[in-house]
Amino acid sequence: MTIGQYAKRERTMITGDCRPSIPRFVKMRHDAGRGRWILLAPERVFNPDEIAVAVLQKCDGERSVADIAAILADDYKAPADLILKDIIDMLQDLSDKGVLNAGEPTKS
Amino acid sequence: MNEVTPVEQSDVAAVDPSCARAPVGMLCELTHRCPLQCPYCSNPTDLDRVASELTTAEWQSVMRQAGELGILQVHLSGGEPTVRKDLEEILEAAVKAGLYTNLISAGVTITRERLMKFAEIGLDHVQLSIQDVDSDNADRISAYKGGLAKKIEVSQWTKEAGMALTINAPIHRQNIHNVPRMIEFAIECGAGRIEIAHVQYYAWALLNRGSLMPTRESFMTAAKQVEHAREKYKGIIVIDMVVPDYYAKFPKPCMGGWAKQILNVTPQGRVLPCHAAESITHLTFDNVKDRPLADIWLNGEAFNKYRGTEWMNETCRTCPRKEIDFGGCRCQAFALTGDATNTDPACSLSPMHEEWAKVAEVESHSTPPEFVYRRVGGAKVTVGGT
Repeated sequence: MTIGQYAKRERTMITGDCRPSIPRFVKMRHDAGRGRWILLAPERVFNPDEIAVAVLQKCDGERSVADIAAILADDYKAPADLILKDIIDMLQDLSDKGVLNAGEPTKS
Repeated sequence: MNEVTPVEQSDVAAVDPSCARAPVGMLCELTHRCPLQCPYCSNPTDLDRVASELTTAEWQSVMRQAGELGILQVHLSGGEPTVRKDLEEILEAAVKAGLYTNLISAGVTITRERLMKFAEIGLDHVQLSIQDVDSDNADRISAYKGGLAKKIEVSQWTKEAGMALTINAPIHRQNIHNVPRMIEFAIECGAGRIEIAHVQYYAWALLNRGSLMPTRESFMTAAKQVEHAREKYKGIIVIDMVVPDYYAKFPKPCMGGWAKQILNVTPQGRVLPCHAAESITHLTFDNVKDRPLADIWLNGEAFNKYRGTEWMNETCRTCPRKEIDFGGCRCQAFALTGDATNTDPACSLSPMHEEWAKVAEVESHSTPPEFVYRRVGGAKVTVGGT
């Protein structure tokens, strides 16, 4: 069998146009015993804060990062450009750790 | 807003006192049977026989109890866990219990059909071991022919099914020269993660230390290669490294602290604070057949023996790092000093540290003896080459 078919060759860069989603193998759930949200991933348990949870719950592969930023800017009465930057940083970090599908826009 | 940070070791215990002590992970050695015979196997040298293994129903009960206790992740390991024909049923119980499921396998016994079935049941993550990227050397290390080609197949099926893939590469003097190629191999397989797991010297690996211990120079070279690869492959693959503590200044925080984060269930159902704990011969261990898992975790003698910092000797108790590395590894302290409450000789503050570090220096520069392969009885054999 040849390999390479699933090889990732380049780092994915998150932009406002990406439509991110949480991969099948990452589970976000509320941990009642510890009273917080957790993100379960291979050999890792992440502890997302309230806003990170709000963002990740909107990562459905349909909404763009810019869409999510607009919703949050409205919810939190904060400047959209600032929120967008913060969200991109957070999602970039998760993408680099292999726990986010970036949903890059198709290149033409 | 901050980045999403991994849970720190102490964090888990800090949140809610009512559930403060629930372990994060459970390692289940479903069986000690394995078609491979790697001389660094972490199983005990006295292997559990098949007739004594827990039944399907008993393992399913362990999974349910783990979920109720608040355990988050289960590692289905062995031996080779897939030699259990009831793995599907055990996995199903784990998934139903809400556990994040990780299969730790050598891959050689898995068919495509079966792996797809695991995915369908809800398996999240496959951690596939490799012995080397040079096929002949891999065969020699594992005393198993043609393993690497089979592992490649399993890696591709894992990706096809949408599960997470980790390549686990145990590193020692007979494959350390290939660390960069192993990382490239993992990328080609589509793995999101690789463990450059320098062999830890317990059980079979301790028996084979002279054949496995790398020189300090080759370790340093490999460490630099990993550092370089982490930069080069940022966003492509996550590289975790387990450091060989013979060349460390401070000991590893073994298991993230005794009885703090992880528990281990043996094929027979004994519950251990770590997979090597039975090497501490004066400890007694409870069995899931006799006592509920939560009770064992919270009140079991072996768990409470070295939990926290009360048991520590003067050197560790007064050390500012006592909550960072917890005095290192109890099993190593016991094996090498005869007293499990002693400071781990891996620590530079241990009176035995120098003598201990010298062992690595001497052995790594001597001609490696033949492997004592991991098998019942541990008979000496050579398979091909030197």
